[in-house]
Amino acid sequence: MTMFRRAMAPALLLLALTGCSNGQTTGNAQTSLAQAFGGPFTMIDQNRRTVSDRTLVGAPFVIFFGFTRCPEICPTTMSRLAQLRRKLGTDADRFKVVFVSIDPEHDKPEDLKSFLSMFDVPALGLTGNAAQTAAIVKDYGVYYERMPLPGGDYTIDHSAGVYLMDRRGGFVTTLDIHEPDQVALGKLRQMIAA
Amino acid sequence: MKDSSRRTALGTIALVALASGSPIASARPVSAPSITLVAPWTRATSARAPMGAGYLVIRNAGGVADRLLSIATPVADSAQLHSMSVTNGIMRMRPIAGGVVVPAHGEARLAPGGDHIMFVGLKRPFVAGTEVPATLRFARAGTVAVRFKVERPGVDHGGMH
Repeated sequence: MTMFRRAMAPALLLLALTGCSNGQTTGNAQTSLAQAFGGPFTMIDQNRRTVSDRTLVGAPFVIFFGFTRCPEICPTTMSRLAQLRRKLGTDADRFKVVFVSIDPEHDKPEDLKSFLSMFDVPALGLTGNAAQTAAIVKDYGVYYERMPLPGGDYTIDHSAGVYLMDRRGGFVTTLDIHEPDQVALGKLRQMIAA
Repeated sequence: MKDSSRRTALGTIALVALASGSPIASARPVSAPSITLVAPWTRATSARAPMGAGYLVIRNAGGVADRLLSIATPVADSAQLHSMSVTNGIMRMRPIAGGVVVPAHGEARLAPGGDHIMFVGLKRPFVAGTEVPATLRFARAGTVAVRFKVERPGVDHGGMH
């Protein structure tokens, strides 16, 4: 009934990372985490084009996971990214935004297109079959679990992390939902420069 | 906050609930008008989205705590009170059992990233610039009509820090 995916080691690393995400990332932590997230995947985007980790190489990217029926944190994260992009000015065009569905049974390319059209952020929306989703979820140590709601609908508990990846697909750091804009902007600039 | 002036302005046009209904005998004084609803808003939804989230600040000027018990709306199959939390990087959303307490001389904030109203099973998309009607039911103040202003996505009212 419930879906359950977990890649424990990266999840624990994320836990350690978010636990001290006051903006003062240390060189040591970054070095040891550099290989923690990311990896090979192949999915399709909102225009039914195939997108893989290789496609993304060449430009830094911000990647996070959610579902298009998500009424709260997913729109909130997209809105935040829109705000941060405005503050970055021309630097905003120097990285991509990637939204990955953890609800592939529901989220077809047209759902992603409809969802992403609501925000002032050019973004890639990715979905795939169960195996493709499992692969990228494992790459990023993402946790998700479907939770029933009264009335028969459902929501999905999921990792809220926003991962910043450099132009080679290497992990840089994560954005924290509670950190001030100035800290987040610093991290985005760090990703762009990496 | 930068939008405090806006909040104040909205406060002056906020709906004020009179403690309505039958004159139930009570040892405690009924403090009416006690409940004020400030800046109710929701996000525009995409054509294929079945859910939307509603936000507002509920102020209680009375000396007795009240409790938001439920929400009714014609625009969705149901409206539920949900909590949202991010713990150790995991987002969890859960129905709130027993309603949301509005402390005496205090307020309850339903805002992005925390407790909120969840509209489930939207009968049509929420369109920016329109309003979503609903009725909030309180344990003491009774029912209060409210209209959620539909905002363009990307507007978060400083709800996140």
